[in-house]
Amino acid sequence: MNSFIPRLELRDQNSTIMNFMSPVLAIILTLATSAIIFLIMGFNPIQTLYVFFVSPISTLSGLSELLVKAIPLALIGTGLAFCFKNKIYNIGAEGQLTMGAIFGGGVAIYFYDSNAYWLLTMILIAGSIGGVLWALIPAYLKIKFNTNEILTSLMLVYISLYILDYLVVGPWKDPLGFSYPKSRPFSEAGRLPIIFNGYRVHAGLYVMLTLVFLSWFIFSKTLIGFKLKVSGHSSMASRFAGFNQNYLIYLGFGVCGAFAGLAGIMEVSGPIGLLYRDISPNYGFTAIIVAFMGRLHPFGILLSSLIIALTYLGAEDAQLFLQIPSAVGFVFQGLILFYLLGSEILIKYRLKFI
Amino acid sequence: MNEPILQFKKISKSYGNVLANNQISFNIKKNSVHALLGENGAGKSTLVKILYGLLQPDEGEILFNGNIFSTKSPKESMAKGIGMVFQHFSLFESLSVKENLILGLNEEISYGALVKDILAISKKYGLELDLEAPINSLSAGEKQRVEIVRVLLQEPKVLIMDEPTSVLTLNETKSLFNTLNSLINDGTTIIYITHKLNEVIEFCNDVTILRKGKEIETSETIKFDSDSLATKMVGERINPLHRNNFISSDIIKFRVKDLSCKYNDPFLTDLKSINFSVSKGEIFGIAGVAGNGQTELMQVLTGEDIRVQSGEIIFNQKKITFSKPQERRDMSIGFVPEDRSGHSAVPELSLAENVLLCQFANNKFTKNGIINNKSISKYANEIISKFNVMTEGDSSKASSLSGGNLQKFVIGREILSKPELLIISHPTWGIDAGATQYIRNELIKLSNQGTSIIIISQDLDELIQLSNRIAVIYNGELSNSLETDSLDIKKIGLLMGGQSE
Repeated sequence: MNSFIPRLELRDQNSTIMNFMSPVLAIILTLATSAIIFLIMGFNPIQTLYVFFVSPISTLSGLSELLVKAIPLALIGTGLAFCFKNKIYNIGAEGQLTMGAIFGGGVAIYFYDSNAYWLLTMILIAGSIGGVLWALIPAYLKIKFNTNEILTSLMLVYISLYILDYLVVGPWKDPLGFSYPKSRPFSEAGRLPIIFNGYRVHAGLYVMLTLVFLSWFIFSKTLIGFKLKVSGHSSMASRFAGFNQNYLIYLGFGVCGAFAGLAGIMEVSGPIGLLYRDISPNYGFTAIIVAFMGRLHPFGILLSSLIIALTYLGAEDAQLFLQIPSAVGFVFQGLILFYLLGSEILIKYRLKFI
Repeated sequence: MNEPILQFKKISKSYGNVLANNQISFNIKKNSVHALLGENGAGKSTLVKILYGLLQPDEGEILFNGNIFSTKSPKESMAKGIGMVFQHFSLFESLSVKENLILGLNEEISYGALVKDILAISKKYGLELDLEAPINSLSAGEKQRVEIVRVLLQEPKVLIMDEPTSVLTLNETKSLFNTLNSLINDGTTIIYITHKLNEVIEFCNDVTILRKGKEIETSETIKFDSDSLATKMVGERINPLHRNNFISSDIIKFRVKDLSCKYNDPFLTDLKSINFSVSKGEIFGIAGVAGNGQTELMQVLTGEDIRVQSGEIIFNQKKITFSKPQERRDMSIGFVPEDRSGHSAVPELSLAENVLLCQFANNKFTKNGIINNKSISKYANEIISKFNVMTEGDSSKASSLSGGNLQKFVIGREILSKPELLIISHPTWGIDAGATQYIRNELIKLSNQGTSIIIISQDLDELIQLSNRIAVIYNGELSNSLETDSLDIKKIGLLMGGQSE
């Protein structure tokens, strides 16, 4: 046989080292592949990678931007872990984010001239409720009719985007906005405060960190986390233990919806300050990569959210300084996911050259 | 007419320490229906899998029409004239009958010729088929017809049928026998695997009885009646020396009354008006050949699947028919389902985490939803030391344990909580002799402490060794119970083969 092609051999036990190393391996392979792509496109790969991954975070404002992008990614990624741990594939977080922005944004627009101290809290709560309600639709359909949550949650993304579209060109259009498809700006009381003067990073960072820590506590210390883990490994064992499968599905979707909705409304009431069409550069989809790259562990997700946030910044810089299309950022994200899923096989299998 | 078409010569096959086929030798006559009769684990499937090329024998050889027959794959066997219809169908559910039949073919054949062949076969053997119907719209009997036609297209000389009537209704069974009869008229030889005594007697010319991997006898079926077949199938049993101290008692702990479940699923066995009761400190055994409703009964008793149509389950004078597993545990009922890997234990989790699957009223490991890791680890270590579980420690993954050790751990988990009732399915399935004896002793000890135990098992020796009373489940019906001390082994064999008197 051909001795240059390695064979896959089942390991006796899953490799603990590969469990941590597979995301690192994926990143290395992504960098190598993108260097080749840049070379083919006629750019100096070293310089380009520098512009992509180093220069964006070499300034304070760059670091602030990194955090701004990481907030929704880490928050949604952690929410997705509540579904993915139970092998429920909710890929509609983008829609749940959008619904959060609509619900919270609706409150903000209704009270546009209010300066009440409770307004921001109301907006954030409304945002999470919007996300939860939108997420419970695929959960209900799955439980009631055994529909595939991948399809239903994905289709609901597009519905939510059209609803937002309709609102900002229709009933919620800014009366002083010269017909631009955007809403009134939110009142000052409805905006998330920034943390440092002159930088865009906002108080959503605290919310995100609190929820990431809380999720870690739930996953590692509570019975609910244990139930999700058992159900994900074996639904038979979960039934034997008497865990309510339907409750766990609702719970996963509900938490994910709340986190995604919160991420949406924090984006809108934070850096953006009003509702318009493009509130999210696919945070909800990219968070799927973040969740898997973080191996569904909240702290891992936090770390991977920073790495993925960097691809967003790098793509902007590359377009600005090197005239490379910013879509290359999505190519990066796609490559990372591709290699991540690929290298996961090494957790269960080892390569053998014979 | 009497010349053999197949001759098995000293076929042996072992899996690890288990001899599944031990020097099996017998002949199958040309153009006959030859039954292979035996309990689960008697070696029937292993033997035909060797013939069909799915397994290689360790020793021995097969002669086919007087020539040495060796085969490395089903494809090769098929080409040489041996076909097999499996108990579980391998059809593409979303494709049509016709597409499934085309996919089953090895050689290239023109489409028109194929349809002509199919129609000819289905007319000749009474196998009506709607070629355009998708498989998922067919009944189990119709699916089986597709499987049979698929095999017949290859014109086999020997056709192996593996428990063909297990998924069929009575009418479907009749039409299957008509089909098989016309195949016999055409010169085909049929090997018929079954545990149903009446089918052997009514339908087969010869029978080979296997028990624990050995060939017990091969004869013409005319020589047998149900009684003698049953005795041969289950064998002579030695009564145990040590049993629990249970003396018959009137304190009924647990009772199942007229319990019926209907599933509308050809692969599940409906439960039909099941009645039994268990006293305090009694061990009650449920015997039967696999697939006669044991899994379904277990799921109803544990509360995992409570699609109960009628009847009730009573524990300590309380109705628990629709109680959930956790509610039953809180009433001090412990369960051990048969599958250790992914049912009673999660292989990917540590032993300590596996402890957390079962919380009893007197053994709570959580407070306000927060896990007390110290107490689960302590409990896991207690199981490990008290039940001689060989492992590196409570943080080892369940998958790192051998079957016997994991089973000891899983059973220990229930026993340590001192349940008032323990329901256990196949307690020693697939584990070594040492662990088997250990577990059986633990169960006897537990019942001597007053726990009632229900054991569902296919291992008749085990039930005779442990139980005070035994009932037999057949096709979803449970027989009256028999006292083990005055047990008529022939009667058990008859009940397992579906003959009540």
